[in-house]
Amino acid sequence: MADGGMAIGKPISRIDGSKKVTGQALYAAEYDAPGLLHAAVVSSRIAKGKIIAIDAIEALALPGVIAVLTHENRPHVAAFRYAYKDTVGPPGGPFKPLHDGKIRFADQPVAVVIGENYEAARDGAALVRITYEEEAFETDLDVAKAEPFKPKLPRIGVKPAPKSRGDFDAAFAAAAIKISAAYETAAQHHNAMELFATTVVWEGEDKITVYDKTQGSQNVQLYLKQALGFKLKNVRVVNAFVGGAFGSGLRPAHSAFLATLAAKHLKRSVRLVLTRAQMFSITYRADTRQEIALACDADGRLLAVRHACVAATSKNEDQQETVVNWAGLAYACENVAFDYQLARVDTPTPGDMRAPGAAVGVHVLECAMDELAYAAGIDPLELRLRNWVEHDQNDNLPLTSKAQKACYAQAAQRFGWSERSFGPRTMRDGQDLIGWGMAGGVWDAFVAPVPTRARVTWRRDGRLEVAAAASDIGTGTYTILAQIAAEAFGVPVEQVEVWLGDSTLPFNPVEGGSWMAASTGAAVARACDKLKVALVKAARKQFKLRGRKGALSVSRDAVIGEALPSRAVSLNEIVTAAGQDITATGTTLPDLAGQRKHASYVHSAVFAEVRVDEDLGVIRVKRIVSAIAAGRILNPKTAGSQIIGGVVMGIGQALHEEAQTDHRFGKVMNHSFQDYHIPANADVGAIEVIFVQEHDPDVSPLGVKGVGEIGLVGVTAAIANAVFHATGKRIRSTPITIDKLISA
Amino acid sequence: MNRFSYVRATSLDEALSALAVPGAAILAGGTNLVDLMKYDVAKPARLVDISRLPLGGITALDDGGLRLGALTPNADTAYDARIQARAPLLASAILAGASAQLRNVATTGGNLLQRTRCAYFYDPCMPCNKREPGSGCPAIGGVNRMHAILGTSEACIAVHPSDMCVALAALDARINVESPGGARVIPIAEFHRLPGDQPQTDSTLGADEIITSVDLPADRFGPHHSYLKLRDRLSYAFALVSVAAGLRLEDGVIVEARIALGGVAHKPWRDREAEALLVGSAPDREAFDHAARAILAPAVGRGGNDYKIELARRAVVRALSQAAAGAPQSQSDKKVR
Amino acid sequence: MYEDPSAIALHLTVNGEARDLRAAPWVTLLDLLRETLKLTGSKKGCDHGQCGACTVMIDGRRVNSCLVLAVTRDGAEVVTIEGLAEGGTLHPLQQAFIDHDALQCGYCTPGQICSAVGLLAEGNAHCRDDVRELMSGNLCRCGAYTHIVDAIEMVRLGAVEAAA
Repeated sequence: MADGGMAIGKPISRIDGSKKVTGQALYAAEYDAPGLLHAAVVSSRIAKGKIIAIDAIEALALPGVIAVLTHENRPHVAAFRYAYKDTVGPPGGPFKPLHDGKIRFADQPVAVVIGENYEAARDGAALVRITYEEEAFETDLDVAKAEPFKPKLPRIGVKPAPKSRGDFDAAFAAAAIKISAAYETAAQHHNAMELFATTVVWEGEDKITVYDKTQGSQNVQLYLKQALGFKLKNVRVVNAFVGGAFGSGLRPAHSAFLATLAAKHLKRSVRLVLTRAQMFSITYRADTRQEIALACDADGRLLAVRHACVAATSKNEDQQETVVNWAGLAYACENVAFDYQLARVDTPTPGDMRAPGAAVGVHVLECAMDELAYAAGIDPLELRLRNWVEHDQNDNLPLTSKAQKACYAQAAQRFGWSERSFGPRTMRDGQDLIGWGMAGGVWDAFVAPVPTRARVTWRRDGRLEVAAAASDIGTGTYTILAQIAAEAFGVPVEQVEVWLGDSTLPFNPVEGGSWMAASTGAAVARACDKLKVALVKAARKQFKLRGRKGALSVSRDAVIGEALPSRAVSLNEIVTAAGQDITATGTTLPDLAGQRKHASYVHSAVFAEVRVDEDLGVIRVKRIVSAIAAGRILNPKTAGSQIIGGVVMGIGQALHEEAQTDHRFGKVMNHSFQDYHIPANADVGAIEVIFVQEHDPDVSPLGVKGVGEIGLVGVTAAIANAVFHATGKRIRSTPITIDKLISA
Repeated sequence: MNRFSYVRATSLDEALSALAVPGAAILAGGTNLVDLMKYDVAKPARLVDISRLPLGGITALDDGGLRLGALTPNADTAYDARIQARAPLLASAILAGASAQLRNVATTGGNLLQRTRCAYFYDPCMPCNKREPGSGCPAIGGVNRMHAILGTSEACIAVHPSDMCVALAALDARINVESPGGARVIPIAEFHRLPGDQPQTDSTLGADEIITSVDLPADRFGPHHSYLKLRDRLSYAFALVSVAAGLRLEDGVIVEARIALGGVAHKPWRDREAEALLVGSAPDREAFDHAARAILAPAVGRGGNDYKIELARRAVVRALSQAAAGAPQSQSDKKVR
Repeated sequence: MYEDPSAIALHLTVNGEARDLRAAPWVTLLDLLRETLKLTGSKKGCDHGQCGACTVMIDGRRVNSCLVLAVTRDGAEVVTIEGLAEGGTLHPLQQAFIDHDALQCGYCTPGQICSAVGLLAEGNAHCRDDVRELMSGNLCRCGAYTHIVDAIEMVRLGAVEAAA
């Protein structure tokens, strides 16, 4: 398959677009069922302790309320923590909803109210009276970090901090130019627009169809089977449309468990929707406290790098992310020290959020590089170029590709970086201080860690069908898989129909880490190859061609060959003659041998212009240019939107987003869109995306690297560095809010 | 939401008599009350829907002022040609608040009665003297970067969240109210209360009274006004600090100054003594800074909101500078002028 | 189907169709649309007027349907995302959203489009900054804002051109 084909690489509008703009796309809370009941969750008022008494009398008296489920009266569920393990969770014991009367974090679900309609459930939930006995707790990372620890078990699929190399202490001590700084990043909440919701359709005899907001239908299927005692074949999980997730739907949410528990209890269909406030008790991006030290020679060459991090995790699980590793591979350096530790707080377990680890780790590294640039008096872009490295020094492996130099060059040129004056506070427009900042970005080019499958069918109605239990959380998966199949057969994309988000479809692991385009895409391509073989075989059968005689091949929507009566027979005719749709399944395996021989990353260069009102500290992000090297881009339109979305989330991380916890109550106080700010339309200035194409056949079968995370990485640092350039103030704590600028 | 009875009033008299039941509440646009009911913060026994009463519209007054009906949607007020010509400060303040959708529904009267957005008030799991008198004020010592710096008490440090009311305060608006006992007029300065030891009471409106309209005096400032709102994101967020400023200039000298602050107190904050400091001065930065320091002199921070003292001081100076220059802050171009 | 004993009669015109309904006073218009009328195009993203996903047109004005008690709008005309296309032809804004890729997960999209319909009807947006400000009541976590503004600007300027 070459670039410049019929479909791959084309900026095709997303094929599910018309469903989404007309309101026809159905999300988890939008499936109907006869006799559907509604459920609402009661959340714990305290952060830690135990339930002494539950009084549901008033709730049960509300017209329409039919049941109140608690740990005291729930049906049997699995007792052992193993049953609650999902395929992507970290080491430890997962939270077991309604398991016992213990309270482990604020807003923990403690009861489920089930009503004949939504209002009965919603309003009944407010009438459940619970008496608690409180215990001492700690939610403040700044206190908990006094007792940091190295996780005993690594998290599968997450690289632990590498072994330190060289002699950081000696090199740092000897260096003339160096910086050392402490940074803080705030806890963030994913806050996808769709509320966590589950509609469980009771199909009878312990058989359920579960419409759930998740990034992995088969992960939820397995979880519900284990935790609630269903047979695997009797649980079908559907997530055909997901209203954003950004990592919050990687692990099964307690909403899925509770809705299914209610359905099982009543043997009825049940819908449960969490409130926005309750979504703050599912998971979050861990807050971190980081230390970084960099030293260079007079030419700016790095002599010593040290990056240390303490990240929050829960009391019951060890969430781990790749935070400090980037400092050892983004730039050439022989003396590098790493330290990655966790500290326990009484909160739900933190989880992955877009570009987990890199979002906070690369942020600090790239801010520190800017600090070093100013310490050395070298242009920040130039400093990065002087420390160019083309192999992974952490694992001592060559890279399959790294077109980041082109990213730097093209983005700098588009941005006009050469017009920048070096000194802080040297560019202004009236009251506005102008700041230009830049950063590099890096993220793993993952392929799925397990076999990934897709099925392709030439149907008798002339449609080419693609099916996989993959998820499209807004990423454009429907569209790129259609493109891959259309390209393989040379047919228009409109002829392809794609089915995703259903646990009954061919196996796909949870959608996360930007591997889906590479892995599921390759599985579709392989399935297409196999389908062509099957179609040729069917043609041979139809025309009774035996042996080697008469080579046949598929060309667009026909099988061609000299041996055929009219030299060609349409695929439609073949499937009609066969009397059935013809199907093939393709599988992609992780290239384990290749992974030992080389490493792969996606890269970016981000340039940001901010305007900061000198007196008032009002920051506006005027424009951002982001250049991305992510292998082959299947669809620059949808991939471009992924990058823009990452940039916008980066604006939020840099300027707005922060869980504000009252540590006296152990509770996030800004648990609403009113108080937890994500960027609004007015906050987002011009964003320009440049894709630097890489030809990288070794990274994945289609040469694809994935674009879901990289758009975010580096954005926060570019903005923070721009704020420094504008104001001369180095705010080492995100988000950078007016109060911090005013007080600095 | 609690269970309540619903009454749709067809006349003001009917509304007033329907209101005469303990726990009855007036429903107009509903953008705040319905929200509070959904959070189980407000639990009215009866909702008296006055949205169909003929209390909308904008009419001209004989003294050159304008009368806003209590039910006039905020958007209709902000985009009304007479308001834009004669009370542009009000139009600007309204457009700085909420979102287009909310402004289409929220009313003049409802905006005046908008309750604080303090996160502790909004969370029934938390103590709050405003919601549950005597339970305490956890914002003191808690997450309080949004909270008040002026006129607070140990019982409450919540702020009044409205933008519209800040402009009304600067314009010396008068609130017309009716009760079964008759009509009365409440000057805006006397409408909202400071928390004192009764933070549960936001305003001086009687439980049996309904706001019928708001009167705006004739314009005094011409082009010399500005509404400057500073917030955590550039739109659709409550003010950290906002300033409504109006100046009357004669021969290059200030003859009258009005400065109202939002986001800093339990009510739109005016300091007439500080305003008087400006009278007779040239409209320059030094004079503005002098007045700003006077306004903020009694301010007290509570930790998270300490920055507001300096921010408010600077915002007053800037808003006055904008007013003096006749260059009011745009609410769509986010560059601060 | 279960009916709340407190339900009262209510007449609405929804997407041009007259509907005689019953709803308890504590039912919001959004929940009535989604749960009773099965018009799930209007989305619930916060349920508190803080995100705009529930935006519909009531009597020609864009409104957060989550903050409207349905009974208060007896007699009103409601247009939701399901009522914008005419026959098989998408509303120009719907088409522009597809063309500009002004959506990703699609969850905020119906609210964005209904809000944009209201924005254009209001006629208060005269430049890109105006559109950004007047669309700020519709949050999009996927971050499609620049494309949303592109889509609206294309339709707005097209309409301006047509009127000239």
